[in-house]
Parts: sequence; C-alpha cells; structure tokens
Amino acid sequence: HPLHSETEEQIVHVYTKLRAEFGRQCLFSDRPAELLVDVLPDPSLGLQFIHKTPRDQALQACRDMSEHQVNTERFESDSCGINHVEGGWPKDVNPQEMEQTIRFRKKVEKDESYINSTLQLGSVMEHCIRQNNAVDIYQEYFEDEEEVEESQEPPFAKTINVFRDPNEVKRTVTCLSWHPDSGRKLAAAYSCLEFQKTSKDMSLDSYIWDVENPNRPEMTLKPTSPLVCLEYNPKDSHTLVGGSYNGQIAYWDTRRGSQPVELSSVEQSHRDPVYKIIWLQSKTGTDAFSASTDGQVLWWDVRKLSEPTERLVLDPGREGNLDRALGAISLEFESTMPTKFMVGTEQGVVVSCNRKAKTPAEKIVCTYDGHHGPVYALQRNPFFPKNFLTVGDWTARIWSEDIKESSIMWTKYQMSYLTDACWSPVRPSVFFTVKMDGVLDIWDILFKQNDPTLSLKVCDEALYSLRVQDNGRLVACGSQQGGATLLEICSGLSTLQKNEKSLLAAMFERETKREKILEARQREIRLKERSRSEQSREEEGGREEGEESPDQLIARAENNFFSVVETELRRRREKEDEENREKGVCEEKEVKDEAETSQ
Amino acid sequence: MAEVEETLKRIEAHKGVIGTIVVNAEGIPIRTNLDNSTAVQYAGLLRHLTMLARSTVRDIDPQNDLIVLRIRTKKYEIMVAPENGFLLIVIQNPCE
Repeated sequence: HPLHSETEEQIVHVYTKLRAEFGRQCLFSDRPAELLVDVLPDPSLGLQFIHKTPRDQALQACRDMSEHQVNTERFESDSCGINHVEGGWPKDVNPQEMEQTIRFRKKVEKDESYINSTLQLGSVMEHCIRQNNAVDIYQEYFEDEEEVEESQEPPFAKTINVFRDPNEVKRTVTCLSWHPDSGRKLAAAYSCLEFQKTSKDMSLDSYIWDVENPNRPEMTLKPTSPLVCLEYNPKDSHTLVGGSYNGQIAYWDTRRGSQPVELSSVEQSHRDPVYKIIWLQSKTGTDAFSASTDGQVLWWDVRKLSEPTERLVLDPGREGNLDRALGAISLEFESTMPTKFMVGTEQGVVVSCNRKAKTPAEKIVCTYDGHHGPVYALQRNPFFPKNFLTVGDWTARIWSEDIKESSIMWTKYQMSYLTDACWSPVRPSVFFTVKMDGVLDIWDILFKQNDPTLSLKVCDEALYSLRVQDNGRLVACGSQQGGATLLEICSGLSTLQKNEKSLLAAMFERETKREKILEARQREIRLKERSRSEQSREEEGGREEGEESPDQLIARAENNFFSVVETELRRRREKEDEENREKGVCEEKEVKDEAETSQ
Repeated sequence: MAEVEETLKRIEAHKGVIGTIVVNAEGIPIRTNLDNSTAVQYAGLLRHLTMLARSTVRDIDPQNDLIVLRIRTKKYEIMVAPENGFLLIVIQNPCE
C-alpha cells in the first residue's frame, strides 16, 4: 500500500513483463443468444413410468445401528461347605502329634503375658457369668398373652415367576395342577380352544414346571392331541391323568417318560374336548371321571383305559337322550362326600348328581340355574361343603345346596368375562377369580362383599385358568399366550383369622335364610295368582302377569284401541260444539248432525 | 501358674458354664475343657469376629476398647474377652 505524503512520494512497485509473453489479448464482443440444444419433453416416455403420489424418503447420514438383546447362559451355582483344618501351629509343631502339641501348650502356659492376661480376663468373665446367673435379661414376661397381630398393611401379592410356553406358536394354558406333596412342581396343560384356530405346526406338548426354574420345563408330556385338562393324582404324585382336545383320556407316569402310559380308545371316549377330569377317592387310587361338552360324564379306571367303567348322559329330561344333553364344562368332586358330584354346563345350569343311584334317571338329583353363560368353574367351599362357588358370564355366585332357585350371594356384574375361580384352601371366606382382561381378583367376603379385596393385573392378555396351592399362599394363573404366572399372596389373605369360620357360617346361614324366605314368598304370590286367575278369567285377566291366552290379549288390545279413539273423538266434538255455540244455534245443530252421521 | 488354674477352675465351676477356652495370638487353644475339634472351631471362628468387633468399637471412638463380646444364641451364650492377643471364650447356658 503506497504511502501518501505531502510530496506525493509514492512507493511504487514496478513489474515488467514482455508483451509478447502475455499472449493475445481477449477481445470480447456481444453476440445474440444462440440456441445450441433443445431437448423437448417426450410424452411417450412418460408412459414407461407410473406416477406415484408424493413419497417420503428419509435419509440419514449416520452409522447403521441395531438393538439386540442377549440373555446370558444360566449361571449354574452349587452350594458346598469347606472344612478347614487346624492351623496356626508354628512350623516345628506337628498338629497331629499329641506330644508336640502338649509340649507347646505347656510352654505357652508358662509365659508371663499368658498368666497376666488370663487373670485379667478371668475377673472380667466372672463378672459377666455372675450377671447372667443373677437376672435373665432376655426373659419373656408376657408369654401367655399372644399379641394379636392386626396387620394394618393393605393386602398385596407379588409375582414370583412366569413360566412361558417355549414354543413359537403360543397356546393357551387351559389347566394347572399342583404337585400334591410339595408345591414345587406345577403341571400345565396347553391347548388352543379357539375353534379351528390351531395351526399345523402348533406343538401338542404340555409341560411340568419346577417352580424354581422358569427357563425350561422340567418335563414334557407328549399326548396325541393337545391336553385341555391335566391333574396330578393326589394319592400318587408320580402319576397324572389328562383329557385332550379330541376327547381321549391319557395316563402318564413321570417315572416312565413323556409318552402316555395308556391312552383311551377313540371310540369309547368323549366326542368333544374333555374340559375337566378329576381323580376319585377309591381304594386303588386309580379312578377318575371326566366331563365334556358332548354331554357325557365318564368314569375311568386308569389301568384299563380302553373303555370307561361308567357313563352318564346329562339329559335334564332324565332319559339319557344324548341329543338333549347339556354340554359339561366343569366338574366338582369333594372327597368328603364321595357319592355326590356336580357338573357345570355350557347352558349355565349346574347339575347335582348322585353317583350311587340305581337308575340313570335318579342319577341327576337337581339343577341350579343361575348363569347366562357356561359355568366355567365350580367348587365347594372346603370348610362349608354345603356352599359352592360358580363362575360364569360376568359374575361369581355362591350357592347353598338347599336353595335351588337362586344363588345366596353374588358379585356384581364385572367389566369382563370371568373364566375361572377357586376357594382358598386356608381361609374359608377367600376366593380367587380370573377374568378375560388379565386381572386376578381376590375376594374376601367377610371383609368386603361388593368389590374384590385385591385386584391385580397379571398380564395384558386374557387369563384362562387358576389354581391355588394347598398352603394357600401360592397362586398360579395361566394366560392365553401360554404364560403361567406364579404369585405369592400376603400372609393376611392366607392365614386363618380369628373367628373366621363362625363368622362365615353365620353369613352363609343368614343369606340362605333370606333366600329361603324370598323363595317362600315367591311361591305364595304365584299360588295366589294362580287361584285368582282361575276364579276370574273374564274380568281384568291381564292385571298381573298371569297366563293369558292369545285371544284375551287380542280382545284387550282391541278394547284399548277403540276406547282411545272414542275419547279422542268425543273431545274433538266437545271442542267444536263450544266454538259453534258462538256462531249460532242452527249451525250448531247442523254440525251436530254431521258429526253424528260421520261417526 | 497356680492362680491361673484356680481362676479357670472357678469359672468352670459356675452355674451353667458349659465350656472354657483360652486361645493364644495364633488361634491355638491353649487350655480348654472341651474336645479339641470343638475348641479349634470356636477359636478359629471367634478370633476373627472378636477382632472385627474390636476394630468396630475403636473406629467409632479410638479411646474406646472392646471388653467383652457376648453372643446370645438360642441354646446358650458365648462370651469372648480379648486381652493382649489372648482370648478367653466361655460358653454358658443361663438356665431358667
């Protein structure tokens, strides 16, 4: 940058180059635009393309990542103890040698510090010993008064384990059965109950799970057709009996492998899936009976499954007519009452039967009609066998054997269908229900009758089966996607409370009495009606809802109609009369005449 | 020497005392009226516990020191007193 001074002294840099080295100078001139290339759009090319409405294409210039979950191998751990050997002896002393050890000990005993220390310690210790002997500071003063632990905490239940169906195609857990002795093993029956939804590659297996190991089933049971129900033999914990989808009964012995030891013949079995099978109380411990929607209840001896030992057709007409038989969907048997059993049917009726009846007609004793839909679960209260619980449609009902007209207690209509229920084996007033929205409800009827005491959402899909273990604390429920969840109930709901039995007995008695009174009243009313309608058939035959013949109904309807028409016409006439009175007498008369003729 | 004997005998004579063990710094039972294997077991196990208890007490207050560690179990009471590296263990059954 040249400096500008007064004298205009500029620092100038001179750069010289020969003109010839520059090259020719650029001579620019203007020229009009010249079209060089014109590529016209060719519509025919457009036919080769399909017009796509605006497309969204996302691009991201970043590294490709993927999320992946890995489950590590199960860590196998083993507990063992270590026995440590004597040590601490100085190198020259062999602990095994008695002489050397004695000599060493004697040497130590002569040591100054030993003597002093021991004397000191002796006095301290004597003081403690004397203290102990003087007063027992840990004495229990109020041993006799048992503190009533009123657990103020709200009831809870926690999930311990979930056992999932290891197969790709998930099936519903339709039945669960606890191992009779320990509750360490749980047998689960898997099948797909939805009509024609079974795929070809659906596995037929059912599993026995060890409660501690949810990763892998302990044992597989391989039936010829998926099992709908499965029960451990309460007398022999190695044997199980299962009812399958095609109606056959299969018998397993877990010591003999996964294949059934015996299978009932197809011709002699049920024609429909076997929904429930229960072991009976018998000397041999090999009797069971099963129920299915084909309307039959069959008795079997598992040693010879080729044909059932007994057959009962659930015909309400007591004629053994299979066409009119009610489809059985649940079964109930209490070993304390071995001659009676109950069957819950698809039609919502519970049939009470007597096994020892001579003729098939007498086998069906009575029916209880209560539900709008199939009675999915049926169980007597283990403490009050006269009362039983049924579940079907959207309610759970408690019945008393004596009252056949209606249940003595019932829950209000729930938001979703109830699929299974059972009483708690420990507390007479507690029962469990599962619903199709995946909720497990625990009801304590001494505490609250309108709502469940505890309501737990176990999973998102529907729950189909439920079983409480004999200790009352563990509950297993099975879902539609093959997951069996094991829950532990808090001690408040699984320990017998004071006076519970007497309070519940009083409640049942009260409700039963109420129903009896209502029943008696109903009967009275009906009798009165009948006698009254017999006396007065003509007059007002339709005041109460008695039996009316169609003719009477038609006559009544006609009378009603014409009387209404008549009143309306009369009203109109009167109105017109009033208006015309102002107009004049003659016109009035005319109108009257007209009205009379037109009637 | 005789005093030590006398002291220990007096302790053993008290009501309810089941056993006595004197343990040296290496964990070797010097004098005991129980059988050897039991004595060795008690000595080995209680030594560690006592040292831990002692260091706990001294961590809380360095001026403080452990005098006696008493373990009351369902069946009896174990009392351990450390002194100068030695341990005196007494097992007593405070009978009711």
